[in-house]
Amino acid sequence: MPQPWMNNKLVQWIDYRLPMFTFMDKELLEYPTPRNLNYWWNFGSLAGIVLVIMIATGIVLAMHYTPHVDHAFASVERIMRDVNYGWLLRYVHMNGGSAFFMIVYIHIFRGLYYGSYQAPRELLWILGIMILLAMMAAAFMGYVLPWGQMSYWAATVITNLFSAIPLIGDWIVTWLWGGFAVDNPTLNRFYSLHYLMPFVIVGLVALHLVALHQHGSSNPIGIDAKGPQDKISFHPYYTYKDLFGLGVFLVIFFGFVFFGPNFFGEPENYIAANPLSTPPHIVPEWYFLPYYAILRSATFDIWFIPAKLIGVVLMFGSILILFLVPWLDRSKVRSARYRPIHRQFFWLLFIDCLVLGWIGANAPEGWYVLIGQIATAYYFLHFILVLPLVSMIEKPKPVPTSISEPVLKGGGPQTAAPARSMEDR
Amino acid sequence: MRALILAGVAAASLTLSSPLMAAGDVPHPPSVNWSFNGLFGTYDRGALQRGFQVYTEVCASCHALELLSYRNLRAIGFSEDRVKEIAAEVEVTDGPDDEGEMFERPGRPSDRFVSPFPNSQAARASNGGALPPDLSLMTKARKDGINYLNALLVGFADPPADKEIAEGMNYNPYFPGGQIAMAPPLSEDVVEYADKTKATVAQMASDVTTFLAWAAEPELEERKRMGVKVVLFLIVLTGLLYAIKRRVWADLH
Repeated sequence: MPQPWMNNKLVQWIDYRLPMFTFMDKELLEYPTPRNLNYWWNFGSLAGIVLVIMIATGIVLAMHYTPHVDHAFASVERIMRDVNYGWLLRYVHMNGGSAFFMIVYIHIFRGLYYGSYQAPRELLWILGIMILLAMMAAAFMGYVLPWGQMSYWAATVITNLFSAIPLIGDWIVTWLWGGFAVDNPTLNRFYSLHYLMPFVIVGLVALHLVALHQHGSSNPIGIDAKGPQDKISFHPYYTYKDLFGLGVFLVIFFGFVFFGPNFFGEPENYIAANPLSTPPHIVPEWYFLPYYAILRSATFDIWFIPAKLIGVVLMFGSILILFLVPWLDRSKVRSARYRPIHRQFFWLLFIDCLVLGWIGANAPEGWYVLIGQIATAYYFLHFILVLPLVSMIEKPKPVPTSISEPVLKGGGPQTAAPARSMEDR
Repeated sequence: MRALILAGVAAASLTLSSPLMAAGDVPHPPSVNWSFNGLFGTYDRGALQRGFQVYTEVCASCHALELLSYRNLRAIGFSEDRVKEIAAEVEVTDGPDDEGEMFERPGRPSDRFVSPFPNSQAARASNGGALPPDLSLMTKARKDGINYLNALLVGFADPPADKEIAEGMNYNPYFPGGQIAMAPPLSEDVVEYADKTKATVAQMASDVTTFLAWAAEPELEERKRMGVKVVLFLIVLTGLLYAIKRRVWADLH
């Protein structure tokens, strides 16, 4: 259905030469979307909006920040104290990082629950995992920039992981540092790469969207649309649903920004970096805690392989294994709604990740070590063994024959309700 | 299944809180109902000015406040002239002048707070090897930092019989390890308050804690004022968006 503004002469002149209006109309307004998406489908667009917020605040912060070991900490405090609304910019950026991960983790668990990664959306899923990896790199390097105690020691611990690589490990670490310790060259390159990463993410998000629009969104019952009665136009239905979700998110987000801006942070990072004083507990931000637990779960050498290398391989493996999920899941049914056994194990995996996060926050002593090892073992077993086996053995419950059937209750094909704008009523 | 998840989360959060308390057997500092707590909290101006007096007359002999400038004191209720007077009371090293010499001059409001020691080595040398930390961010740089600082300042006591205290150290249960190099800084009437408030240890501790909380978060009042407006606006906007969403979707259901 052509939009009224497509009749504008200027719009038509431009569109004839550069079809941006046709593109917008097709991909943002008309874009046919399953009519039965629930609120878990809000988190994709929400993540995109948070990415824009992060880039906007980050660009302004970069105007005031000084990437030098002698000035970085003080320049951040200058932003907090002397730059107009600098505290607001920094707190939005700081809490935006946490919000971004929270949203993306929900988005990923939604994909796992509803089988969104299944054919033909394998590449869409893989691009999503690549976005997660790029986000992790950006978040880690960004956390180093304020050059507080936790910044410095996180940079030291994480870069040191590469020394576990056999033979060339130490050489790689020196190359990463640009010297023989975490120092000014390290801070400078982290700043440069932290500014680069968001644009890599934007590129990956663009591909993620191209792949999404190829076959359209998956949906809670996980069957393909049978015809136009199963789909509605993105605008106005999902634009307003997403805007409402955005409103709810912003209320919570700004609640943290204005009333508990350091809730997710470590007090230790308000102490300037000091290479001569190691903090009693080096802990990453909450969104890295599960990986940290996996890293530290390797406490023993296996044959000639040192524990450190095992830990590093497991930690990176915990993300890389997600790339294989579309092929590990052998089920013909996407949605966990109709996969009773699979669904139980999904929640077990969810709890397992929470447990890993909790273990990551605590010092690796006593029972924490064993619990962390069991949780790590289950994490990998889930993907390597449970997911393929259950999907092969399990007999799924009957799946609805069409999307519109359970939604419209009456059953039988119906013509889709025309997308009406507010002025029509 | 839902119940199982809830039970799991509840169990996780319970066990999460217990090891934190056990860590290093440092007692939780008592929670004080500060004037700047809560959604509408503001710093008590009297406490801020008294706290500044305690900082200047007691803490400042060892602890720097590097991130603050004298001009910032306007925000705690001092007049422009009073700030000029306060700044002029210190000597600031400036220069080089036209002859290439450094020289001393009275401070100006634009100057940073003058540190008691030229460098950390000098600070250690004067304090038996211990480094008195900068206080600009102290309340943000410790867990529950505001209550911690207040508890620490009133927490000096005679050590329990079974506690070994090292030479030159003082017992304070709120400090990690239970002993701190700083001698008890506050004693009754160590300052004479300009506003005639009785200078008890608890009063001075609470005043200087308020002052240092402000030093660490000078934006707090503006932040909370703006936050109330922004969040209220967003709640109304979200309500409207929900109503629109319902209307738009009405023809589908």
